[in-house]
Amino acid sequence: MVDAAASTKGDLHLTNLVKAFGDFRAVDDLSLVIPEGSFFALLGPSGCGKTTTLRMIAGLEEPTSGKISIGNTDITYAKPYARPVNTVFQNYALFPHLSIFENVAFGLRRRGIKDVKEAVTKVLALVELGHLAERKPVQLSGGQQQRIAVARAIVNRPALLLLDEPLGALDLKLRRQMQIELKWIQTEVGLTFVHVTHDQEEAMTMADTIAVMNEGRIEQMGSPVELYESPRTVFVANFLGQSNLVKGKVEGASGSDLQVSVHGNRIVVPSARNFAKDNSDKSVLIGIRPEKISIEHPEANTLGGGVITDISFVGVSTQFQIQMPWGQELSVFEQNDGGASHLQKGDTVALSWKPEFTFALDGTADVDAGTSVNPDEI
Amino acid sequence: MKRWLSKNLIKIYAFLAFVYLFIPIAYTMAFSFNDAGKSNLTWRGFTFKNWQNPCGAPEVCTALGNSLKIGFIATLIATALGTMIAFALGRHRFRGRSTVNLLIFLPMATPEIVLGASLLAMFLNLGINPGFWPTVIAHVMFCISFVVVTVKARIASLDPKLEEAAMDLYATEVETFRRVTLPLVMPGIFGAALLAFSLSFDDFIITNFNSGTLTTFPKFVYISSARGIPAQANVIGSSMFLIALAIVLVGQFVSSRKNRV
Amino acid sequence: MAFVAAISKRSSTVRGIKRPSTPYLLLIPGLSWLAMFFIFPLFTLASTSTQTAPEGADTGTYVQTFRLANYIDAFVASREQFLRSIIYALIATLLALAISYPLAYAIAFKSGKWKNLLLVLVVAPFFTSFLLRTIAWKQILGNEGPVVTVLRTLHVLGPQSGLTASAFAVVTGMTYNFLPFMTLPLYASLERIDPRTLEAASDLYANGLTTFRKVTFPLSLPGVVAGTLLTFIPAAGDYINATLLGNPKTKMIGNVIESRFFEIVDYPTAAALSFMLMAAILILVMAYVRRAGTDELV
Repeated sequence: MVDAAASTKGDLHLTNLVKAFGDFRAVDDLSLVIPEGSFFALLGPSGCGKTTTLRMIAGLEEPTSGKISIGNTDITYAKPYARPVNTVFQNYALFPHLSIFENVAFGLRRRGIKDVKEAVTKVLALVELGHLAERKPVQLSGGQQQRIAVARAIVNRPALLLLDEPLGALDLKLRRQMQIELKWIQTEVGLTFVHVTHDQEEAMTMADTIAVMNEGRIEQMGSPVELYESPRTVFVANFLGQSNLVKGKVEGASGSDLQVSVHGNRIVVPSARNFAKDNSDKSVLIGIRPEKISIEHPEANTLGGGVITDISFVGVSTQFQIQMPWGQELSVFEQNDGGASHLQKGDTVALSWKPEFTFALDGTADVDAGTSVNPDEI
Repeated sequence: MKRWLSKNLIKIYAFLAFVYLFIPIAYTMAFSFNDAGKSNLTWRGFTFKNWQNPCGAPEVCTALGNSLKIGFIATLIATALGTMIAFALGRHRFRGRSTVNLLIFLPMATPEIVLGASLLAMFLNLGINPGFWPTVIAHVMFCISFVVVTVKARIASLDPKLEEAAMDLYATEVETFRRVTLPLVMPGIFGAALLAFSLSFDDFIITNFNSGTLTTFPKFVYISSARGIPAQANVIGSSMFLIALAIVLVGQFVSSRKNRV
Repeated sequence: MAFVAAISKRSSTVRGIKRPSTPYLLLIPGLSWLAMFFIFPLFTLASTSTQTAPEGADTGTYVQTFRLANYIDAFVASREQFLRSIIYALIATLLALAISYPLAYAIAFKSGKWKNLLLVLVVAPFFTSFLLRTIAWKQILGNEGPVVTVLRTLHVLGPQSGLTASAFAVVTGMTYNFLPFMTLPLYASLERIDPRTLEAASDLYANGLTTFRKVTFPLSLPGVVAGTLLTFIPAAGDYINATLLGNPKTKMIGNVIESRFFEIVDYPTAAALSFMLMAAILILVMAYVRRAGTDELV
């Protein structure tokens, strides 16, 4: 790597990227920068444009307009084999006619590297499958195939590794294990990983930065904590975890706080956590995560008169469905530390939480955005 | 008993169907060991004579030679041309696709006698005498469609992601084709060639129209059927059966081993 | 990042994602062959079919007179054989379906690890010559053959009657000879059925017969359509079975075309008959495919 180009930073730049299929814009004016060495996740429901974005970065799809570059090198129209990008495909796409060794050596050989043995052996050791080098892909389990797919890509030391729903075909337990392993491999090899997934938990576990995509655009980008604690759109609030969203009207401001009237109750929202864009008609959506609500301890923000309609015990917590006087059902998660164990169906309760956990969103938005789960994805 | 019967009815039926399928084969094979004189109509005693000297009836071997030659050449050409069409249909979008599909389907939907008669009419009109090459041309013509269908099915079963993965791993279009696509489609091409050869080797009707005085193996059998077929013909028929069976079984064994070990 | 630089140099030399000319280049050789030796001959045949022999010319010499009445003459002269071809082919197709369906079903669902071997065994008999097989049937069913001998001893057949040289023998031969064309497509479509759908049907209170009628058979319909077509088409044009196993009263249209061509050297009539056969088959096929509701033929 003693080259003039060595000074090139390997950040990936997507600039005003558009991909249209006829009238449908799968990716709509997307711009973002993925810093070199980061673990980046593109998260969204199916059809949100995340896979199309990935395929454009890989060169398997040509953008309608816009620019893709790595560092200072424009790769927008470069052929897939002419860009320093490798992909771990969904269902792995291992070559069934080649041995594991030859699968891993494939990219090295195509680049004219004669002596591949050392590199292949090393990367197979990294994924702990050196003993399977002479096997054929069909003889491997799903988890093993997945690791070979990763090895086959990272052995080329690409500037960018793309992962297309890499864990989708694995069962839950194996998926957890592979999440940790992938994260470890990424720190070990220090490559930039771009990970496409519809699984919010997977994205949050692995990525430093997540971009939530919806309808070809980025809804919000940030660290997992940022996205979860301070969602800026209804879509993000519902797609990452669960949120209770209740309609309210801004009454006024006092100091750094906003006073909001919610069905006759006064709710306090820190001004810094008000993400509603337009307040001309003063309507907002008040958001609060279910686990932030307490049924027992009174706090500054309280909504009273709720009736428990359902209780389900899920081990670490108990989940309550509570019908509010205005008909809306809200969710509350209580830790199973004994505090809420006496509650029963039909009890009337008040919901309380600290003002700093509240967030406010655009009052005109569809409350259900991002909640409907596409059955294809399960 | 009744339960057993209703449970195994379909297996018994299948067994009987196999018996039916193999009766004429067993008969043909048995009579290849017949110590027959000129005509091989009735059983006259067991002998290895026919197998030791399959060219004992010289016309049989001339006819066989012609059939093999025609079969090899026609298979080679038809497999090449058909495979190319299959790739065009299976891997490219282009205008006029449905017309091509129709053109491939039509020869299969046309009775052999029409194919044979129309080609002969054309050759006669052009002043070309029927014979070896007109027969090869005819065989290539009716084999192409079967090759296209067989290879296309194999291409369709191929995951396009594999080719994308190859391109992603620095293989150019040509390298991708040579290293990934072709090896994976190869069993289909091989199967198509086998099919083309057996169609060509066994063809009588079209050959009868276009071969003139040239004798092929089926033609020889047909012509000599009136006065009795030499037992050597049964030897050749039985050998073809055994060879083809061996090729298919070895092919299956190899492919299943490839997937297992 | 030397790699980026090296790679990007390569990218500047390779441009243009899809070459639209590639499919046409692949198609040209094969389609030319079909155009020259399949389509063009059909036109020649069409042209021959309306020719007539000039007064006093040698046998086999014909000139174009666009005499469409050739078709009417040809049809009137051999409508009996025409009808017989269609009927024999239909019966043979139905018999082949009756034999093949349970066979294909057994291989697809009941054969376990023997599946591949059984498939090979279905095709294997057809590697021996078509003609040898037919002649074998002729001898098996012949008057000196085992079947007739047994039937005569059991007095099922009279001492003078036999099985060969009859319509029965012709249809039997046709059924046998085109059997793999029926079995393979049937197997292919049955094999694609997920056995769990059949379990689901029986779980939803369908008995064996209802499961077959409402689930298995509809799902195997593409195979039934393909198999019946692949059997019917060659059967309708066949004349080998009729020649080897039949008598003068079982002659089919193929026999007529063949003898017009080679024995009587009446090219126009042979050509006209060929066209009518092809048209009849295409019309039947189209009507059938439309009724069966599949358009995926190739």
